[in-house]
Amino acid sequence: MKLNLALAQINTKLGDIESNLEKHLALTKQAWQDGMDLLVFPELSLTGYVLQDLVPSVACSPEAEDPVFHHLLDASRDIDLVIGFVDEDTRHRFYIASAYLSRGEIVHIHHKVYLPTYGLFDEGRFFASGDAVHAFDTRYGRVGMLICEDFWHASPPYLLWQDGADLFLLSSASPGRGLNGESKLETSAWVEHINQAYASLFTTFIAHANRTGFEDGLIFGGGSTVFDPNGNLVVQAPYFEEALTKAEIDLNQLHRTRASLPLLRDERPELLQHELERILHGRN
Amino acid sequence: MVEINLSIDTNLVRKILTGFIRSEITRIGYSRAVVNLSGGIDSAVSLFLAAESLGPQNVLAIRLPYKSSSADSLEHAQQLIDQLGCPSVTIPITKMVDPLIGREAGMTDIRKGNIMARARMIVAYDQSEAFKGLVVGTSNKTEILLGYTTLFGDSACAINPIGDLFKTQLRPLAKALGVPETILTKPPSADLWVGQTDEGELGFTYKEVDKLLYLLVDQRYRPEECIEIGFEEKFVHGVVERIRRNQFKRIMPPVAKLSRRTVGYDFLYLRDWGT
Repeated sequence: MKLNLALAQINTKLGDIESNLEKHLALTKQAWQDGMDLLVFPELSLTGYVLQDLVPSVACSPEAEDPVFHHLLDASRDIDLVIGFVDEDTRHRFYIASAYLSRGEIVHIHHKVYLPTYGLFDEGRFFASGDAVHAFDTRYGRVGMLICEDFWHASPPYLLWQDGADLFLLSSASPGRGLNGESKLETSAWVEHINQAYASLFTTFIAHANRTGFEDGLIFGGGSTVFDPNGNLVVQAPYFEEALTKAEIDLNQLHRTRASLPLLRDERPELLQHELERILHGRN
Repeated sequence: MVEINLSIDTNLVRKILTGFIRSEITRIGYSRAVVNLSGGIDSAVSLFLAAESLGPQNVLAIRLPYKSSSADSLEHAQQLIDQLGCPSVTIPITKMVDPLIGREAGMTDIRKGNIMARARMIVAYDQSEAFKGLVVGTSNKTEILLGYTTLFGDSACAINPIGDLFKTQLRPLAKALGVPETILTKPPSADLWVGQTDEGELGFTYKEVDKLLYLLVDQRYRPEECIEIGFEEKFVHGVVERIRRNQFKRIMPPVAKLSRRTVGYDFLYLRDWGT
């Protein structure tokens, strides 16, 4: 089975949902016209990243009645979408969130679990952290979504793998940083390295949509990628520039790779569980 | 020996910094910039980056000589202007600053230097309004960290593309941008009084201090660790103290908190809010 996957490597306007929504709808239309099945937007694609005190004013509720999601759900009748937004729950907690939309329905919402609050980051000050990492079924197989810092940690990708995800849809709004004389920023090299490693270790597809543009002095580096279950790079978007980057991925590659490299078959999550019990609770 | 890698890929840095200037100026509806040009390497880099971002016709280079300024500085600035073909204006500051300086006999060089730096700031912001261009800053990371700058003077700007590059990292970038060799190799000077050089005034070379700042700031080495690996103790403590003492030049003045929501503490928005 072939999946035509597109990564919407966009710039956003900080706190201007209307303008960002317009861009989402235009790109969705373009991707659909180009024959794409699934379009992945970056982290906080509807709002911009360094929101600080703007958080409460840009939050949405992912439901058909919401004036923003109304349009996005409508657009998802033709093409599946992953959208980055601020989710306000019924108790008025705000989360960095990704929504998977398909055929006019919300299939899954992921709340960012790991909120970096160090260095230049201050997410923990403004957001609640998610407490679940779940894979979910789509018309293209079982999928998992993670947001930026979630996959700088090894455990969320591992959990998605064990929960059945064969396609990881990763999104980020990662401020690029680190000069060392090389032709790419240290953070770009790092994230490519780990995504290639996840694809290789989990024999799975890893698609990553990063954003671009500036917010004050921060640059978002772009360079979105798709890796296949052999750990090979399928496609990469340019650095620093907006792009609609398309890849035709062959989901049958999972069969071929895992027939020769049965890492999933041989994985022993119960051993992990046992050892974690011992480590966390001192049980033998 | 500890690896101190201050090398930069000039193509990468150039791409990021020109993108930054273009984004931060155009997103608020402007398309032009003004740069105070001293004839030295820092303002040359800011000018060249701005010209590459916006087109040379959209960048106003301002020369601001004082009567004691070196003729070379003025000439070097003119070379850069001619090379880029950007509009320029020369506004001598002598008549602006001398009445103030002349009010007191024996005014110190520091006071005179600060007055000149602030007079140049006034001209830059006035030309900013006249030319409808934002002031692009010329302070590098070394001088920002050391506080080797006049508050509300040469440090004043709308955006600063070069403030995260150490002085020694600016040379390769300047070279890549096409800044002439004479400007790359002359001793750095604020040119506020005759014979002044940065390194003479600071008491150490940029090459030395950039390595130390890289370890202390970028790599989070403790001062003792820097001494252990061979930096002189007095030098390390002097630089650490300079960094601490000059923090006031790097932040907005603190507002005394009274209300529940106070600018600077819990009224938090990026400058790019809404754009």
